[in-house]
Amino acid sequence: MLVLDKETFEPEVLKAEGPVFVDYFSDGCEPCKALLPQVEVLGEKYGDKVKFTKLNITSARRLAIGQKILGVPVMAIYKGGEKVEELVKDDCTVENIEAMVQKYI
Amino acid sequence: MQVYDVVILGAGPAGLSAALYAGRARMKTLLIEKQKDGGQIVITSEIENYPGCLAEESGSSLVKRMTAQAQRFGVERMLDTITSVELDGDVKVVKGNHGEYHGKTVIVATGAFPRPIGCPGEKELIGKGVSYCATCDANFFEDMEVFVIGGGDTAVEEACYLAKFARRVTIVHRRDELRAAKSIQEKAFANPKIEFLWNTVVEELRGDGILESMVVKNVKTGETTEIVADEDDGTFGVFGFIGFLPQSEVFADTLAMDRGYIRTDEEMQTNIPGVYAAGDIRVKSLRQVVTAAADGAIAAVNAEKYLEH
Repeated sequence: MLVLDKETFEPEVLKAEGPVFVDYFSDGCEPCKALLPQVEVLGEKYGDKVKFTKLNITSARRLAIGQKILGVPVMAIYKGGEKVEELVKDDCTVENIEAMVQKYI
Repeated sequence: MQVYDVVILGAGPAGLSAALYAGRARMKTLLIEKQKDGGQIVITSEIENYPGCLAEESGSSLVKRMTAQAQRFGVERMLDTITSVELDGDVKVVKGNHGEYHGKTVIVATGAFPRPIGCPGEKELIGKGVSYCATCDANFFEDMEVFVIGGGDTAVEEACYLAKFARRVTIVHRRDELRAAKSIQEKAFANPKIEFLWNTVVEELRGDGILESMVVKNVKTGETTEIVADEDDGTFGVFGFIGFLPQSEVFADTLAMDRGYIRTDEEMQTNIPGVYAAGDIRVKSLRQVVTAAADGAIAAVNAEKYLEH
């Protein structure tokens, strides 16, 4: 999975061709940490069709708030520079994430 | 078909303690967790009241040690969400999204999840300003306004944690005094960043895609006030800590319950022989890490006794 930061978010997500998956997490977020290995597995499985990325909001909170994200974990899909779908907090189960990704391949 | 001596549902302090005792007794043990080890306690910023935990112990560091300790004794782990159970009979069946698990005994330690504030707008704004996890989301509110709803240990403790990030933290409580332990209260009263809104409940949360305002009501006077986000911030945080709801739906038709909590005797035995409940899921008077751990130990020891018969 591609690690994003404030600088690379725009070129890698908003200006990217094709669908991009973003895993928003924070340093203190234990649910996010528990989820990440499972998301990595999905990244291996679907990585050739959807670009898998992750963003630690701890040092990019303004950017996240700009994306209307004020809580983590959030799993989002971007297409053509827009967030087209997202799963927030408890909705971030591996089953839901996989179903969301499959819609964009 | 693989049959375990004991299948433990939930890897919070109750489940991990049960796993430790079962593992040490050389029972063939399976521990099933749906998402993250530790349950509620893993998102708790500071634990002051578990014996042996000194200052600055966090929920996640305590859980890491509990998990490592249980795994030393050969406990098997499975990540799955339980969807149904068949607990009658000598072999109990637990069905999940990924498979079927069989145990001669079952220990239910599925715990609880945060109770919603229960007002219009709340559900839509979860992760958009509304949160129940300070350690997850405190970063977002650096130098912003935060409101903490509740007056118990968790609410006041997490308000102190949030005050390390936020410009100001206001504790909104429906009564005129806190319910939290005195030592925690003292910490909050001494914190210049923490303010209090007494006798107040949240009536509505408003915002278009992001939390923008909150309507509160004074329960003494009946007066309502709308608190609007600072113009420069555009938003603020609302953290709800008003208790928990039991995670017991899948057992509703099988186990005897009282308002969603599973009834047990002092041996943690439910109405079905060989099925035990431990921790927050149980009808009890004090829901703490220390009582959850004690429940887990008692349940595991009694499961072992049951197997000997």
